[in-house]
Amino acid sequence: MTSRVLGIASLVLMVFALYMALIYAPQEAQQGTPYRIIYFHVPMGILSFVSAYLLGFAGIMFLIKRDLKWDRLAIGAAELGVLCTACSLITGSIWAKPIWGVWWAWDARITLQLLLGLFFIAYFMLRAYLPDREKRAKLAAVFGVLGMIDVPFNYYSIEWWATQHPQPVLRGGGSIDPDMRLALYVSALALTVTCAYLLTRRLAIARVEEEVEYLEHLVHAHE
Amino acid sequence: MKPLSAIVFKDIVIELRNKETISSMLMFGLLVLVVFNFAFQPTGAERALIAPGILWVAFTFAGILGLNRSLSIELDNDCLQGLLLAPLDRGSLYLGKVASNFIFMMIAEVMILPIFVLFYNLRFDLQFLQIAGLSFLGTFAFAAVGTILSTISANTRMKEVMLPILLIPLTLPVILASVMATSAVLSGETEGISSWLYLLGGFSIVYLVASYLVFEFVVEE
Repeated sequence: MTSRVLGIASLVLMVFALYMALIYAPQEAQQGTPYRIIYFHVPMGILSFVSAYLLGFAGIMFLIKRDLKWDRLAIGAAELGVLCTACSLITGSIWAKPIWGVWWAWDARITLQLLLGLFFIAYFMLRAYLPDREKRAKLAAVFGVLGMIDVPFNYYSIEWWATQHPQPVLRGGGSIDPDMRLALYVSALALTVTCAYLLTRRLAIARVEEEVEYLEHLVHAHE
Repeated sequence: MKPLSAIVFKDIVIELRNKETISSMLMFGLLVLVVFNFAFQPTGAERALIAPGILWVAFTFAGILGLNRSLSIELDNDCLQGLLLAPLDRGSLYLGKVASNFIFMMIAEVMILPIFVLFYNLRFDLQFLQIAGLSFLGTFAFAAVGTILSTISANTRMKEVMLPILLIPLTLPVILASVMATSAVLSGETEGISSWLYLLGGFSIVYLVASYLVFEFVVEE
């Protein structure tokens, strides 16, 4: 039920966000049209961090409660993390080519996103090589927690190391046009609801996967 | 303190008998220094520019080798089971392994460092001592997170291969901070160095505490 509501809400909000991003928001003075990618790029960047914290939170909850539902949440969060980091890196590259003249710059926030993406992929590799269900959930939870702790360290170390990225638009201090800000909030909300919808679908699939694994186990035991 | 020192003592005795860990780390570290020299063929000024990176790549890779070795001696003959049966809590076991990993890495690094200074035409003066101090901090941070991740990777089917995949994304702040601080020392511009040192210190403390708390989940059956 929640999943269906979220699905319909995300459809409606996405259409509205597209209108806000492509028509309502005014043209940027220097960059022109390419800037409009921020309505997708910035929320995806933020959501990738949310995924990392969600993954860590699910890990802590699993270690305390030992309930596999938290492990399923962790899988969903990590997959969202891969999706969001990939989307923000790809859209960032598309934007960087006309504006900076290169597809890739080793700038602070790009490097941070890349590293976050590598962490999520490492998380899945770890899961893939742990055959036992219970152990997989436990060790993946520990790795998720350690990864969550790493986020602020990565953030500051890379921040001090180099930065040529446009300053963060949301906490950069009032320089953004109010219409642009509104459009950004709407698209952030739309993408957050879409991600929440994807997460609920993923949780449903994970439950079925677990059931299949259990039934296979039973069949093998009878053979 | 007693269980901690017992574990360190045990590891040192094993190492004195077979001398495998430190010698392989040392050899590997030296090979990295040599390979990078061929890969970049640095001349004069470039050499001082890329030297910090090469040093920390050598330390990191040698460290990974040492961490893997340190756990594989526990897995042979089910020694880890014996350690888990011993009357000590899981946290002390973790701290003991961190201490012995740290000591072995430090010994290998102290031997690599003079050769590095020689190969890259640096000076044996105060700089040398400062880099040694930095190695101390950086290695401790590396050992704190490396010990728990090597225990996690030992549980997987890939064992040794898994460790760098898990370790490198998480220790990037340590590598970055160590390289930046080492370059600051080598170039003599030590103004911004304190933030890197704080980062290394903070990282070590946070990971030491967090790993101490969750280590129990990693080793329990």
